[in-house]
Amino acid sequence: MTRRDPRLLLQSAPFLRRGITTPRLMVDVLIALVPVVLAAVYFFGLSAILVIVAATAGAALTEWVFGPDRRRGGSLTDGSTILTGVLLGLCLPPGIALWMAFLGGAVGVGLGKLVFGGLGQNIFNPALVGRAFLQAAFPTAITTWTQQGAITELLTIRPSNFALPFMQAPAPAADAVDAISAATPLGLMKFQNIPTGVEQLLLGNTAGSLGETCAIVIIICGVILAIRRTFDWRIPVSILGTVAVFSTIVWLFDRTEYPSPWLMLCSGGLLFGAVYMATDPVTSPITPRGAWIFGLGIGLLVVLIRIWGGLPEGVMYAILLMNAATPLIERIAQPRAFGRGRAVA
Amino acid sequence: MTAGVLGRTFRHGVHPREHKEGTEDLALERMGFVDRYILPLSQHLGAPCKSVVAVGETVTRGQLIAEPGGFVSMALHSPVDGTVAAIAMRRHPNGQMAQSIEIQADAFSTQRMSAASPVDWRSLTLDEFITHVQQAGLVGMGGAAFPAHVKYKLPEGNRCERLLVNGCECEPYLTCDHRLMVEQPDAIIRGVEILAETLGADSSTIGVELNKPESIEALRRAVGDRGSIDIVPLKVKYPQGAEKMLIKAVWGEEVPAGKLPLDLNIVVNNVGTMAALADYFDRGIPVIERALTVAGPGVDRPANLIVPIGTPVRDVLRRCGLNTQARQVVMGGPMMGTSLASLDVPVLKGTSGLLAFTEDVINHTAEYACVRCGQCLEACGNFLNPSRLARLASAGRYDELEKAHIMDCVECGACTYTCPSGVPIVHLIRAAKGMMRARKAKES
Repeated sequence: MTRRDPRLLLQSAPFLRRGITTPRLMVDVLIALVPVVLAAVYFFGLSAILVIVAATAGAALTEWVFGPDRRRGGSLTDGSTILTGVLLGLCLPPGIALWMAFLGGAVGVGLGKLVFGGLGQNIFNPALVGRAFLQAAFPTAITTWTQQGAITELLTIRPSNFALPFMQAPAPAADAVDAISAATPLGLMKFQNIPTGVEQLLLGNTAGSLGETCAIVIIICGVILAIRRTFDWRIPVSILGTVAVFSTIVWLFDRTEYPSPWLMLCSGGLLFGAVYMATDPVTSPITPRGAWIFGLGIGLLVVLIRIWGGLPEGVMYAILLMNAATPLIERIAQPRAFGRGRAVA
Repeated sequence: MTAGVLGRTFRHGVHPREHKEGTEDLALERMGFVDRYILPLSQHLGAPCKSVVAVGETVTRGQLIAEPGGFVSMALHSPVDGTVAAIAMRRHPNGQMAQSIEIQADAFSTQRMSAASPVDWRSLTLDEFITHVQQAGLVGMGGAAFPAHVKYKLPEGNRCERLLVNGCECEPYLTCDHRLMVEQPDAIIRGVEILAETLGADSSTIGVELNKPESIEALRRAVGDRGSIDIVPLKVKYPQGAEKMLIKAVWGEEVPAGKLPLDLNIVVNNVGTMAALADYFDRGIPVIERALTVAGPGVDRPANLIVPIGTPVRDVLRRCGLNTQARQVVMGGPMMGTSLASLDVPVLKGTSGLLAFTEDVINHTAEYACVRCGQCLEACGNFLNPSRLARLASAGRYDELEKAHIMDCVECGACTYTCPSGVPIVHLIRAAKGMMRARKAKES
């Protein structure tokens, strides 16, 4: 043999891969968030971008400093931290101070994910941990909703965004947008018993968190993600189905006192939470039956909190509570192995 | 169950790119003889066979050179006229050294086999038939190389009601079974008829995936209007060739975990095994060669070859133009094969393919943390939870693995193929299973 043998590479089968990687999945979700961000900008002006960037910066900086990868910032490359930051930004009110959004991102990633050991190890959805922290720390700021605008106010930036820690917000000019505060559809219903029209909800022409208002955009993006199998379609279907059924039953009892199923489905963070938050694979059950149970639990909790709880909105707590229940759900919902009875965990 | 044009299938599984276009139209060619053959005494599951020749002895093509070393063991025959050069440790494709018979081919021989008489199989009892199959050296030609006769030894109380023949060839790249079905459908059908009649099977079925319409057509033509053998088209999906998946695909029945198809009175064989069976009973030729596919971007002249057992991989690849870009050689299919550490290992009875991969197709997926996306659960035809098995396996929690049915895993690799995080799931499972078997052996 004159030619030397090639140096043969030893590997373990299979030698083929599907070629879709975890960062790719994260990027898919980020792409699917672009229309939601654009809708947020349309209704709330450039403030939306500022809040999202601040939350993402907080998340990314925390991952960079404390991330588990030996190479500094190495764990940022999986894309999950950026996604957490954008998701958190989208579930904050438009007028929130940027430093609060930043802090929320830092706490979400730090206490929501890194303390557990980083991606794949966390129990709670990091974005929702960040939001829950902000809700506990700054209950007023996070429930101060500003009036949605239109395309004419695209370049508006709310002065309250630039509030400094422990200071009063700069005094608003008399005609500033942010002087107009508004109530969310759920708040209106709960505290004043005023329902909001479904067409308003579908288009997103209501007050609310940045990303949650435009139902139609979220539905379209969710369907695309489900078809691409980026997330488990069973979870949003199960959540929305449960809410529809449960709230219809309640509504039939008293049509004036309780919100209609349409209002329940299209308002608040339900769609956004069902499509983008509850479907976080790390914090939801991995098994198909587990996904159904998980969604059922979230749906029931959402209706319970919204109708009989003290808060107008309950999606965040519903998801976080079911996150905690995920290991237990998986215990009873292992798949039935081929040629066997039910598996035990 | 959907039949007809759509094809039947099992639930779950994956759809890897088929990569069959490079070789599916290449007719089987005979590999020429080379000067040296290496025949490991263990090239199948079960006990190694025992050499019956001495160093220096002259052997003829088709002569018995090793006899079965037990019931789950096979006879071995010389693939060439030549002399026994050595009986010593030689490299085995599994990476270890193994006792082998090395034969120096006679350069002046015509290598023509002396006419052997067909075996009158109709006069044999089942036990005699089984002995004949064992003496023919017939193993499952699909890749696992399980001694074929063991499957025909029906336990007390069982009988073979249904004979199922596997023509799926669900591994990407491989097309040698396809060529066999297209070019030698009569031999396959003949083998099925011999076996079905001997085992007393009520029905015979051949399952073929729909990406091989030519095969389906050829087999149907060979069956003709006898109508005794059912050709069932199946949807293209991996791992349909796994016997339990095939049974599920064809009849919708699940073989209970830990049981064999035989417990449902089904015997499953590969199409290649059927052709080899017919060769033995009709023409008296034992297993001394087999069809295999040589493919991949690392060879310039991919081919479907009939190769004498024991031919060094180096010679086969050289014939097919192994190029300088080749960086990895895989024996078997790309989903379940083995990567070779040396080209000096021989083709075995179970070698269905030799794939040469270049840098650009070798998988270098970075490993990320498992994000519990659940893709592996939807890939697993056995409905296991591979993500959980991988996690428990890397933690060495063997008791929990047992309860999570790790032993049901057939190591098809579908989970690992689909994993976006590049977790070597099936590798972890294999390693854990090895540890668990060793532990059990120690205990008893």
